[in-house]
Amino acid sequence: MSGYRLSAGGTLVDPATRLSFRFDDKAYQGLAGDSLASALLAGGVSLFGRSFKYHRRRGLFAAGPEEPNALVELRGGARREPNLKAPVVELYDGLEAWSQNRWPSLTFDLMAVNGLLDKLFVAGFYYKTFKWPSSFWEKLYEPLIRRAAGLGRLSGEPDPDSYETATAHADLLVVGSGPAGLLAARTAARAGRRVILVERDARLGGSLLTTRRTIDGQPGAAWAAAVEAELAAAPHVRILRRTTVFGTYDGGQFGALERVADHLPVPPPHCPRQRAWTLVAGEAIVAAGAIERPIVFPGNDLPGVMLAGALRHYAVGYGAAAGRAVTLFTANDSGWHAAADLIASGVTVAAVIDPRADVAPALTAAVAAGSGRALAGARLRRALGGKALEAIDVDLPGGGSDRIATDALGVSGNWQPDIQLATHRGDRPVWSDAHAAFTAGKLPPGIRLAGAAAGTFRLADIFAAGGTEAAVDLEGAALTPFWHVGGSKGAGKAFVDFQHDVTDADVALAAREGYVSVEHLKRYTTLGMATDQGRTANLNGLAILAELTGRTIPQTGITTMRPPVEPVAIGALAGHHRAMAFRPRRLPPIHMVAVEREAQMIEVGPWWRAQWFPLPHETDWQQSVDREVTTVRKAVGVCDMSTLGKIEVFGPDAAAFLTRLCANSVMKLAVGRCAYFLMLREDGYAYDDGTVARLGPERFVMTCSTAHAAKVYEQVEYARQVLFPEMDVVVQSATEQWAQLALAGPRARDVLARIVDPGFDLSGAAFPPVACAETTVLGGVRARLFRLTFSGELAFEIAVPARRGADLMRRLLIAGQDFGIVPYGTEAVGAMRIEKGHPVGSEINGQTSAHMLGLGAFAERKHDCIGRVLAARPYLTDPARGRLVGLKPVDRAARLRAGAHLLPKGPDATAAHDQGWITSVAHSPTLGCWIGLGFLAHGDKRHAEIVRAYDPVRGGDVEVEVVAPCFVDPEGNRARA
Amino acid sequence: MLITCPFCGLRDAAEFTYRGDAAPVRPAADAGEAAFFDYVYLRDNPAGPIREHWFHRAGCHGWVTVTRDTRTHAIESVVPVEATVAAEAVVAAEAAVAVEAEGGAR
Repeated sequence: MSGYRLSAGGTLVDPATRLSFRFDDKAYQGLAGDSLASALLAGGVSLFGRSFKYHRRRGLFAAGPEEPNALVELRGGARREPNLKAPVVELYDGLEAWSQNRWPSLTFDLMAVNGLLDKLFVAGFYYKTFKWPSSFWEKLYEPLIRRAAGLGRLSGEPDPDSYETATAHADLLVVGSGPAGLLAARTAARAGRRVILVERDARLGGSLLTTRRTIDGQPGAAWAAAVEAELAAAPHVRILRRTTVFGTYDGGQFGALERVADHLPVPPPHCPRQRAWTLVAGEAIVAAGAIERPIVFPGNDLPGVMLAGALRHYAVGYGAAAGRAVTLFTANDSGWHAAADLIASGVTVAAVIDPRADVAPALTAAVAAGSGRALAGARLRRALGGKALEAIDVDLPGGGSDRIATDALGVSGNWQPDIQLATHRGDRPVWSDAHAAFTAGKLPPGIRLAGAAAGTFRLADIFAAGGTEAAVDLEGAALTPFWHVGGSKGAGKAFVDFQHDVTDADVALAAREGYVSVEHLKRYTTLGMATDQGRTANLNGLAILAELTGRTIPQTGITTMRPPVEPVAIGALAGHHRAMAFRPRRLPPIHMVAVEREAQMIEVGPWWRAQWFPLPHETDWQQSVDREVTTVRKAVGVCDMSTLGKIEVFGPDAAAFLTRLCANSVMKLAVGRCAYFLMLREDGYAYDDGTVARLGPERFVMTCSTAHAAKVYEQVEYARQVLFPEMDVVVQSATEQWAQLALAGPRARDVLARIVDPGFDLSGAAFPPVACAETTVLGGVRARLFRLTFSGELAFEIAVPARRGADLMRRLLIAGQDFGIVPYGTEAVGAMRIEKGHPVGSEINGQTSAHMLGLGAFAERKHDCIGRVLAARPYLTDPARGRLVGLKPVDRAARLRAGAHLLPKGPDATAAHDQGWITSVAHSPTLGCWIGLGFLAHGDKRHAEIVRAYDPVRGGDVEVEVVAPCFVDPEGNRARA
Repeated sequence: MLITCPFCGLRDAAEFTYRGDAAPVRPAADAGEAAFFDYVYLRDNPAGPIREHWFHRAGCHGWVTVTRDTRTHAIESVVPVEATVAAEAVVAAEAAVAVEAEGGAR
């Protein structure tokens, strides 16, 4: 194969503008408008890559994304992108690309020895070979396979480019801008409809650009340009170029990928590299064309064997001839049209071989006139060559055979309509004998096919279907199904799937071993599972399987086609949602105070919260957290609790409603008092906990955990609207409306007294534990006060309207200065709640029951509440399932780790002896050692027992003492101070 | 997927949270463990229309009943959940009336 540039030029390239590029570090020149494939072809390159399994030499095969062989890595450094198909890579000046899957070089590939081991590398090779011994899998087989089978390499660096997502709406979406797509878009645009026209390539026109068709006497490309100009001027038409519609989804939605800047070396400033579109359309016309099916014959993977349509595409579109003496092997009329176009472009066509004896004379005439041999009724037997195609053996019509020298062979079985987008919603394709291909059966609502995708191959028919007429040049679309030239001994391998090296013999072996379903064939041989998704392979594979199993093709069936039609980068789907913008980050009202004090921040659910507030001299987080805890226990501290979910419940039935929601009764809660509550799921497991305050006879506010806030609110609304609609109650989420600060420590009352407006009595008698009240602070700021404690100290929670939250925090820090007040973060909150044995998400993790938490009495109620009935099941109440305990290391210097398993002392550390696990740990500055909470079988009866905390993952094995799950002030005197 | 919220109009399904089959009805408090077990765990898995509860989380906070075909995802109707409850109550009331009438006739 020795490609060259034709003097006639091509419809897509500009001969005046030369571009320099490098392939495998060698310099080449191309023309503006070239694809990487056409530039390399014109530059005389025949070897584009190595096959996946045997590392065989492979050349360019197709002209679109169905390309199985010519995969490249594009760009260097952080922008390196693997597995791109050379035909769809647009050339730019300075482009750098590398071939893949070869070592050390493309021309000399050591892995090609695999080809000599082909007896081993048969269908099901992986399943048969890498089975035993199992210990070899991780150590030997997997690394070996990964090294040998690697396609391209990723850069391993963060992608420096940006991506975005967008949505667009239209009355009509037209996929494809070939003649059928252009006609559809023009008709709709003239009717004043909103149209989105999507074209995969840079230019509109589809097949009209790369064939020598004429429409009403003018070149097809000129007709396309005229329609394009009309569409561009129409008011409601959006044209998306370089865009692939990759999937059809519910509700008239389509996914599309626009390659905004892939044709440029680097995206311009503020321009995304790719854009993932959601297109929402009332109707869609899919005019995606057809994919040419090759024929399977011995030697069909030699560089130089290509699709006939691809030869034509490169010659007419790019002025790139694939060889000096071209031959074609076709079983349908399009191969003859390709030959005529090649001759008209200045390519020497040596012969056209067609197994059909009755080819229309008008078709053969052009070949004969160009001094090529028109061999109707002949059959190609095999292709021969060393590094590339050199000759073909042909069985002649009258008997006898001939060897014809050729360096490029175009093959055309027939054309498979591209119906993928019509099948993504589960509609099965149907076999058409007339087309020898699968066509769309029942279409999803709102989707129609047009042009070649609808099986309409003749231009005149496309115009007629579009409601208009046009005079076109000679065209035939006759075909006889022809799939496979059987190999004979020594004739060479005949490939069905080039990229995955699946031969006709592999299909036969799979059939012999019983893999006669197409889905099994696919998985056993990996046919059609490569990056080209078997676009040129699947139909031949199942035709051969049908032949071997004595079934028809429709009986054999076709594998399911799923989105995406072409590979889509995850980064494009993610758009801007990466790194800090991965998801929206919610900032609590006191955020600026945390920033001023240079707090260490942490993500808690959707919130960004202060984890601790380091002082300048502190070098270690433990130092800061221990100081915060100690200060709260000895003096006073203030902490932001604004992120807790807050749900207000109003109405005559509010108390009864909350009593149905909570495991403990809220019915008798007095006005001006708060209570701890536990919510169960209907299956009886603990769901969430929090506090509920009764602000008035018919007015409650409940808090729930930060991470569960949204789900608990949803559940409360479900209870109100669906479960108990008869109750007269209104529910409102108020999480964002209120800032809420916890002020805790022995001096908390003294500090609070300085900011509460005069007239409010904070004394223990007037405002005792669990009291709540509405009042004002800071000179008239509306506030809610709650005497609630999470730390176990004398504590208050103060809620003010969210916009006053930062001000309140600053004023408290000033007011408490002489008491040594500190702001404290989530780590200190966590340490103190473990010291007090309060459960949080680590304990209420969806697998624990009220009984396990030591709250069994809550679940044993007489009156109805969500979860009451199933919470009484034996499995949920069984003490052997574990009870919440506190844990202290026997060696006070030892560290505990959450996740460690609890085992009795003595027996082996095996799962059979597992008795529980540690849920949370913290270093307690109050006790001067690590402490933990956990669930232990019969734990509430085992206080003072020594058990093992066994942690094989991190090499931990510590003896721990079982204690009550409250380490500090178990009598609660501090909170009552 | 698009859902026509009866309060807010045609909206993207991403605004909604899915809960599941709308058919199970919470048993009476004294119905016993078996009834609650059915209610919590047992679901039909029809190939065809199914009534489901969805929550318009990023909208009106209304629970709605969506009738959707599991084979095609085609949505037949979306109604406020109250309407479903009311319609069921009407059906139940009518049935009760019919039973009473029948009993009376005897």
